[in-house]
Amino acid sequence: MDDKSRLELYRVMVLIRAYEEAILREYHADKKPAFDIGAGLIPGEMHLSAGQEPVAAGVCAHLRAGDAVTAPHRPHHIAIAHGVDLDKMTAEIFGREGGLGHGRGGHMHLFDPAVHFSCSGIIAEGLPPALGQAFAFQRRGSDAVAVAFTGEGAANQGAFHESLNLAALWKLPVVFVVEDNDWAISVPREASTAIASNAARAAAYGIPGQRIEDNDVEAVYTAAGDAVARARAGGGPALLEVHTVRLWGHFEGDPQAYRPDLAEVPGRDPIPAYEARLTEAGVLDAAAVSAIRAEAAARVAKAVEFAKASPVPAPETARDYVFA
Amino acid sequence: MSATDSAARPASAPAGRRLTTARAIAEGIAQEMERDPGVVVLGEDVGRYGGIFGATGGLFDRFGAERVIDTPISETAFIGLGVGAAVEGMRPVVELMFADFFGVAMDQIYNHMAKIHFESGGNVRVPMVLMMAAGGGYSDAGQHSQCLWGTFAHLPGMKVVVPSNPADAKGLMISAIRDDNPVVYAFHKGIMGLPWMAKNPRSAGPVPQEPYETPIGKAAVAREGRDATVVTVSLSVHHALDVADQMAAEHGVELEVIDLRSLVPLDRGTVLSSVAKTGRLLIVDEDYQSFGMSGEIVATVAETDPGLLRMPARRVAVPDVPIPYARPLEQAVLPGPERIRAAARNLVGV
Repeated sequence: MDDKSRLELYRVMVLIRAYEEAILREYHADKKPAFDIGAGLIPGEMHLSAGQEPVAAGVCAHLRAGDAVTAPHRPHHIAIAHGVDLDKMTAEIFGREGGLGHGRGGHMHLFDPAVHFSCSGIIAEGLPPALGQAFAFQRRGSDAVAVAFTGEGAANQGAFHESLNLAALWKLPVVFVVEDNDWAISVPREASTAIASNAARAAAYGIPGQRIEDNDVEAVYTAAGDAVARARAGGGPALLEVHTVRLWGHFEGDPQAYRPDLAEVPGRDPIPAYEARLTEAGVLDAAAVSAIRAEAAARVAKAVEFAKASPVPAPETARDYVFA
Repeated sequence: MSATDSAARPASAPAGRRLTTARAIAEGIAQEMERDPGVVVLGEDVGRYGGIFGATGGLFDRFGAERVIDTPISETAFIGLGVGAAVEGMRPVVELMFADFFGVAMDQIYNHMAKIHFESGGNVRVPMVLMMAAGGGYSDAGQHSQCLWGTFAHLPGMKVVVPSNPADAKGLMISAIRDDNPVVYAFHKGIMGLPWMAKNPRSAGPVPQEPYETPIGKAAVAREGRDATVVTVSLSVHHALDVADQMAAEHGVELEVIDLRSLVPLDRGTVLSSVAKTGRLLIVDEDYQSFGMSGEIVATVAETDPGLLRMPARRVAVPDVPIPYARPLEQAVLPGPERIRAAARNLVGV
């Protein structure tokens, strides 16, 4: 990998982390002293993605304008890496009129048609629409691809298997990315999944499958590069599984009492690790780190400011947008 | 007045050419496929077979496997694929063979197809048609005989059309494909004109050759009458018309038969105008009785002006039991002519 690409991966990961830390702050700021999930400037369930940055950064680095991405209920890292409009996305999370969905969707339902980005809050159900986007690209004769992200818990859903079969059967330009963060809310993968690697399931559909260990952003980058290039060239789908880490709870307010690995979780943070690696390789220095962090903080602050300045939707418009 | 002269037919329609409902639907799809290369047909057995109920007959030979596409038995995958293709600007017509099968794919239908436009604040459209066969009467038992249109109509974000005759079937299909919203298109097996199933004579009828739209959300007065209003859809329209003709001959009673044609949007105005005229209301629905279309019609009148009714409203629907297999049992729960006649006679006092 060249230095520029490595720096870009780092930059995207830092931006994602800065974003999630800001949402974390804003989310909890007005839920004190008693936590009320429906209260505050950002109400509702909140699934943050800290720790999973390498997956989004490594995969989306290969995507171009016109490529489609579907994300699951934990979507912010993927949306940011794919270039979703950060101001409008933040306004949507704040439930504002200036949001991507004018406050109708919320953080699990982010749609940015300008970059062909969508979400589904239902486990594994974002995969079938990604097939349709890939189908449209294929029929149009374009070399665009669709990437469908999902979690390891989703690999036990029917939609996952139906989608892999259909994509393989029709050689659709789609890449399936499984983020294995060890936990389906509180259920560990060994209690839910009969095999050690979901990548092995690719063999059942005659497509390439690869598991990337250690949340290694460069390994993700390399594997995703192959998968995306193959799909773009008409070679059909591929399945990647990345062993990543969920640094925080399944959702904000999750006590995580079920989790024996909590003590070791901070040590698995991929960002300091990558920072050290790039510093050692001479790609990064302290000044560059500061500059990249400052740039990320400023970008996030602007997005939060945009969101807060956006009007709240008027109650009398609650019935708008049901039909075109 | 006969049913085939319903208000459904465009003024320009030539009376000569007759098609079955199945052929009329396929013709509507074919004409849209000619017009718009983004229209594709997806589903189980829609290709060489031509659709189990004939709705895609002839399309494979004409448009080929690139556009008339047999799918694996993976309803979640292929309905979701339709959603994604529609999001990217195509206009897929996806067949869910039996309405009863929605259970294996409902998430794509009600959480994705029907909600994406809303959740995106109107920024993403999902112009797809999800067509399906509905209804019983031929002993196919509890998992292959349901109508279920009320379930789709209950859930926001999808239009629901239910044609009753060949001319409407074609026009509503064309309208559904051109609509920028997801449209559930439910055809009753008993109106398709299938050679392997007993059929109402009106399963074949005059259908204009040229493409035309039948507006979604506009009911048709299938038969005018002064004494009572019968509000219904699909195959039950024909049962109601048969009963109306018989009661006119035997009792001099004139029933007005309203063919809703679509449940979403619901043409409440046509229902209310008719009830204002007749003061008597009977709803006939082959879907389950409770929490469905029949209750919605009664609520429409009750919420607007209960004084319109000179007699309590009556409902003839499937009592809240699964559709039984044995013929006498199935016939007992379906809203057939006998039950409609009994309710109508009770309503008008003859």
